[in-house]
Amino acid sequence: MSTRTVELELATSGVDARGRATRVPLGVGELREDVLSGDGLMVNIGPQHPATHGVLRLVVELEGETVKRLIPHVGYLHSGFEKLGEYRHYNQIIPLTDRTDYLAPMANNVCLALAVEKLMGIEITERCRVLRVIACEMSRIISHLVWLGTTGIDLGAFTPFLWSFQERERIYNLQEAWTGARLTTSMTRVGGLMADIPDGWTDALRGFIRSFPATLDEIDTMFTRNAIWIGRTQGVGVISGEDAVNYSLSGPMLRASGVDYDVRKDRPYLGYETYDFDVPIGEHGDNYDRYRVRMEEMRQSTRILEQALDRLAPGPINVDDPRVILPPKSRAMSDMEAMIFHFKQVMEGVKPPKGEAYLGIENPKGELGYYFVSDGTAKPVRWRIRPPAFINLAALPKLCEGVLLSDVIAINASVDIVMGEVDR
Amino acid sequence: MTETPSLTAVRDTFGPAVLRTDVVCGDAIAVVERDQAHAILTWLKDDPSQRFNYLTDITAVEYRDPELPLEVVYQLRSLPRKVDLRVKLWLDPAGPLEVDSVYDLWRGADWLEREVYDMFGVTFRGHPDLRRILMWETYAEGHPLRKGFPLRGHFSRAEQVRQALGGQTESFYSSEELEYAEDVLPSDVRERLRRGEHGGVR
Repeated sequence: MSTRTVELELATSGVDARGRATRVPLGVGELREDVLSGDGLMVNIGPQHPATHGVLRLVVELEGETVKRLIPHVGYLHSGFEKLGEYRHYNQIIPLTDRTDYLAPMANNVCLALAVEKLMGIEITERCRVLRVIACEMSRIISHLVWLGTTGIDLGAFTPFLWSFQERERIYNLQEAWTGARLTTSMTRVGGLMADIPDGWTDALRGFIRSFPATLDEIDTMFTRNAIWIGRTQGVGVISGEDAVNYSLSGPMLRASGVDYDVRKDRPYLGYETYDFDVPIGEHGDNYDRYRVRMEEMRQSTRILEQALDRLAPGPINVDDPRVILPPKSRAMSDMEAMIFHFKQVMEGVKPPKGEAYLGIENPKGELGYYFVSDGTAKPVRWRIRPPAFINLAALPKLCEGVLLSDVIAINASVDIVMGEVDR
Repeated sequence: MTETPSLTAVRDTFGPAVLRTDVVCGDAIAVVERDQAHAILTWLKDDPSQRFNYLTDITAVEYRDPELPLEVVYQLRSLPRKVDLRVKLWLDPAGPLEVDSVYDLWRGADWLEREVYDMFGVTFRGHPDLRRILMWETYAEGHPLRKGFPLRGHFSRAEQVRQALGGQTESFYSSEELEYAEDVLPSDVRERLRRGEHGGVR
């Protein structure tokens, strides 16, 4: 049995008479080597742990402090949304989408409406399209802000959390003014929107766009060249571009590894091809590049928001199609035809023809896809959510191969998961 | 329109193994023979003219009409060519639900196949770690997304609560984790595992 001498030190160093830090040896003893490096240790993290960002449970097998194997367990927040969707009309599914990725509810609402519109072959109005772009980009900013703040906390930086949540609060106020809700927005309908934006709303959003980059720059100053931040993120959780594609990663996770795939550019929806914005690409595929990619995406989102506000022209928000949109109340009360459509809409719901459609959008977490199969009735045969956070999280064991236990926390934070969507 | 270049190519190459091609709502769909599916998917991934290198999603669909087959659906995407393709296989919902795993082609299939197994009971041959993922390992009510599964589950609320409270410690660990921890487990748990019991009430 080999032995070695270990010197134990105070974790918080004392100060000597001249104010210099001293290291006080607590004691000198002999420690058996096998106590330090035994067969290994199984550590259970979560499901109730602040660093797992929800009810995620990780079982980690350690060799010393190095991860030998990591097994994630998900499903603690499983709500059966896909099953519930089979028992609801298409418009009744929209509230369920709020609760999947609850950090970007408006983007989920948009994806659902687009998927059903694809199934039915509906062309939405120009104003609706621009407002949905605004909704998607606002969602991207708040989702990335939560990611930034919570990741900062995981790595020991508290201040940027407060700054980012302060900015997020301003978007929440805008969401509240538009939809009446801060989180459960349910702001789209098949063929249009639940409501138009209120008076003066665009000025408030312009105010946000003007001042938000300044906050972003402050956070940038705190992090980008910070030695601790760099030490905890650079070269940690590396995945190559080839592996990232093979693991079906999407969103910032994929782009940080140098793969140029953004649904907004490659399979444009809502007229994204007409907006002038850049897609940031990383090169090392580590935590640091993921951070840089998300920071830049927020800047690009403000660019898109600006352009969208510039082209926002007055006009109808809903399509003129009685199959999907309720007639105005005054007409429903005075016009026989409108009354019938109103009745059929409320009692029977939207009825897409027999068929199926998959539609993916670039959500903050990655590619969110809704896959609908319709048999011609008002309730879908199958509503499948392609969950970006779930698929990104599946690569966690690969990302954590041979890292230190403390890096597991950093890597898990960099994946940007939201358990409502992972477990659905 | 019923053809796209990818659909024509896959039909020309595999002939009768391609049961049907369609373009629905602008999405190209190829239904292929179950036993040929792995070969066709390998070709779609590796052939230089196809290069479907990105597995977007794997899921399954069961129709309300019991006459219709249960479908396993692969959403493929070629990142270099910017093209999508949906490949489906048909299974008899009454028969054994078995298909070959594509874990060896795309590692992204790992959790996706586990989810389809969990929710539909489709077995993926060759998957290294096929166990439930969203439901817990000892979940005994069946596969929730099957059409025969009632919205509130097979068991009564009382039975569900009884099972939840009666669960044993080991039901919260996977079998491979328990194997690892065998020598530190309490003797009664070790004894139960030796008898072949795992987890909660059956």
